[in-house]
Amino acid sequence: MTSHRLAGAVALGVVGTLALAGCVAKADAAATDDGLTVTSTADTCAVSSATAKSGTLAFEVTNSGSDVTEFYLLADDGLRIVGEAENIAPGASRTLTVTAQPGDYYTLCKPGMVGDGVGKAPFTVTGDAVAATGDDAQQKQQAVDLYAAFVKDQVGQLVPAVQAFVTAYESGDDTAAQAQFPQVRAYYERIEPVAEALGDLDPRIDYREVDAVAEGLDWTGFHRLEKDLWVPAQDALNSDGETPAWQDWAPSTPAERASYGDQLIADVQELYDYVHGGEFEKTLDAQGIAGISNGAIALLNEVATGKITGEEDWWSHTDLSDFAANVEGSKMAVSLVEDFASAQGDKGANLVKQIDTGYSDLETALAAYGSLSAGFVPYTALTEDDKRQLTDLINALAEPLSQLTSTILE
Amino acid sequence: MSSSVPQQSPGPAADRPAGPSGVSRRGLLGLAIAGAGAAGLAIGASAGSVAGIAARAKDQDAADSAYSFYGAHQAGITTPVQDHLHFASFDMMERTDAADLKQLLQDWSYAAARMTQGLDVSATGAVGGSPEAPPDDTGEALGLASSGLTITFGFGPTLFETADGVDRYGIAAQRPAGLEKLPPFLGDDLDPDKSGGDLVIQACADDPQVAVHAIRNLSRIAFGRARLRWSQLGFGRTSRTTESQETPRNLFGFKDGTANILADDTDALADHVWVAASDQPAWMAGGSYLVARKIAMLIETWDRVRLSEQEAIVGRSKGTGAPLSGGREFTDPDFTEKDAAGAPAIPVTSHVRLAHPEFNDGTRILRRGYNFVDGNDELGRLDAGLFFLSFQRDPDQFVRIQKTLATDAMREYIKHVGSGIWAVPPGAAKGSYVGAALFA
Repeated sequence: MTSHRLAGAVALGVVGTLALAGCVAKADAAATDDGLTVTSTADTCAVSSATAKSGTLAFEVTNSGSDVTEFYLLADDGLRIVGEAENIAPGASRTLTVTAQPGDYYTLCKPGMVGDGVGKAPFTVTGDAVAATGDDAQQKQQAVDLYAAFVKDQVGQLVPAVQAFVTAYESGDDTAAQAQFPQVRAYYERIEPVAEALGDLDPRIDYREVDAVAEGLDWTGFHRLEKDLWVPAQDALNSDGETPAWQDWAPSTPAERASYGDQLIADVQELYDYVHGGEFEKTLDAQGIAGISNGAIALLNEVATGKITGEEDWWSHTDLSDFAANVEGSKMAVSLVEDFASAQGDKGANLVKQIDTGYSDLETALAAYGSLSAGFVPYTALTEDDKRQLTDLINALAEPLSQLTSTILE
Repeated sequence: MSSSVPQQSPGPAADRPAGPSGVSRRGLLGLAIAGAGAAGLAIGASAGSVAGIAARAKDQDAADSAYSFYGAHQAGITTPVQDHLHFASFDMMERTDAADLKQLLQDWSYAAARMTQGLDVSATGAVGGSPEAPPDDTGEALGLASSGLTITFGFGPTLFETADGVDRYGIAAQRPAGLEKLPPFLGDDLDPDKSGGDLVIQACADDPQVAVHAIRNLSRIAFGRARLRWSQLGFGRTSRTTESQETPRNLFGFKDGTANILADDTDALADHVWVAASDQPAWMAGGSYLVARKIAMLIETWDRVRLSEQEAIVGRSKGTGAPLSGGREFTDPDFTEKDAAGAPAIPVTSHVRLAHPEFNDGTRILRRGYNFVDGNDELGRLDAGLFFLSFQRDPDQFVRIQKTLATDAMREYIKHVGSGIWAVPPGAAKGSYVGAALFA
């Protein structure tokens, strides 16, 4: 609704990667210098070599002291952290994997986690700058292309679905329109961040009444049709909980229905034209895979803020369908990029495992209430405990998901 | 050594392009101690961070307000009571196993060990990480001192065995015999949503933002493993645990905690607060049991009670805190003393008398409560009271005293609305984590 994660990602993408980090695929990692060991004690930090060749470096850090320790690879200013292995218990080992470009660094251990640390020593990386390899870049481009294809496909299905839905609405076949409403929206909800990045298109298609009023916009789109299809009681309140539902509103006349319906069709057509035009591909390319993973995060946040409160589909109570579609859309996006995270060593592999578990738990919980094809129970049927359970599962998924972009870019 | 640091101009940093680099809270501390060149410090630091350096450097003088997370006992029990509390109870999530619980305790301990030293929750912290990832630390404590932060962890009865008798983490056999839901007490009006919980965290600090920062970050670390069940903010400690602390007042306006067990009274602590090595189970040696009771005070009603009756209910003078049998605040109450009419000077239904060890087989507890005001209720009454916290060697100590208080005259003005009990394991050894002995 108001977030523009994808748009923001364009600006950030340029400075996104650490200056020292590049992107290397698994195959390159094997060829580089990855046999470094570090022994941390109370007052020393012994690194097996003070030099290494550029590429993926793996420091296996063993804590031989009696305090919890940390190991850092610092940039040449001695301040900026290029990589760190944290919370290494006495006797335990942990591996820090970094992609290092040629240059000067420092290694440092910090037993007890406090203070200046011990054994600060220069560390030099020699060799050539590590560039994204042809294969790697190709794979990433492929992921972006696949995501573009997914968006086009969803919008391609949205267009005829909206036409059928609007036909029922304009002709006064409310029962048919009500049945189609959650299904039609699913195509939109799966790719919502794309539309949200398009300035005034999302407000026209998907604004709730209170948001349109707040911004002084003519209220159009799905939710305007929704209110006509589920006419509120005379004493009902809008989703802000205080404005009377009938204040500055009345059920649309047939002429108004024709106008709002045609407007929705036109707006969806504009979305279609955009995602099938060169501009969309250029934008996606510029964002790269970070744009995809950030979009996945944006969808989950959408669920966590709008859907879980039941404010989105205030009159139809079909929020669970939107919820499920948001989850599907984010899962699709993640599936395209998670291989790149998996390639980032144990840290990336663990992250992907956490994310997959998170989706699986959330899907299991959602399945208890229905499905997109068969329909979900009305959101009002959920107890506070039910909503709490879904919130917990979103938190459990969204937290590792929020690390995905940086993991891919490292 | 640090006096030059606050003079640093933000200019050079502001001229630099925004990039992924940044100085973490950790970095600031390290440099301030080292007395490194201020010019080097500014590199990559935003103007905000430089302001943080100034605050941080001043804090070096107050470094003795940082309590170590490690030790024989957990901090936050005999530690001089701080001014603010954020207390949070958690439930483990479904589908978690013993490995998840163990890892959570390790992650929590690590973060707590850092935060109690005034550090960010991780090395990269609030501003030192990738610009493409949300920061590890939420950042609202940047530039604030450790503020005497203590973080104390506890395990509820349901962690060992659910109400249905399920041993989710294979630790039912290690459950302390006395660790069970508190029995019902006369006048309880408990809200299940403010009671119980598998795990608990008591965060106390002299700055409320520091305490809230701790709970916020620990809650976030728990996502997917444990979920926040209920939480409570407290202010204005209502007890003292050291000789040098003034006895504070509760929201009834009376001094509270005059007769508390003090931190230097090692004999009393050994007898009444710390679980002994000879007690069972062995993993609790050096630990304690924490009872929390959310006690709503009927403020408006109390404020209409005449002074002499208020004093009779409490059993002490409102002004000085002296017992009604005479003397000064720290004079021992004399329960045999009679007033002019021949009635006990300290009424038999007074709070002081009923709670006194003399009427409880010598039972004593260490109190650490806080005042709370959670706004107001729908009738416009203050939603306020005492968030009572006590530590004891055996849960029976609290039960014993609370049962005696059944005839307490104060009961007319209070309502127990929340309740919980947790086993507080001993402190973690350096390099280990809280509760490690449970998995040994």
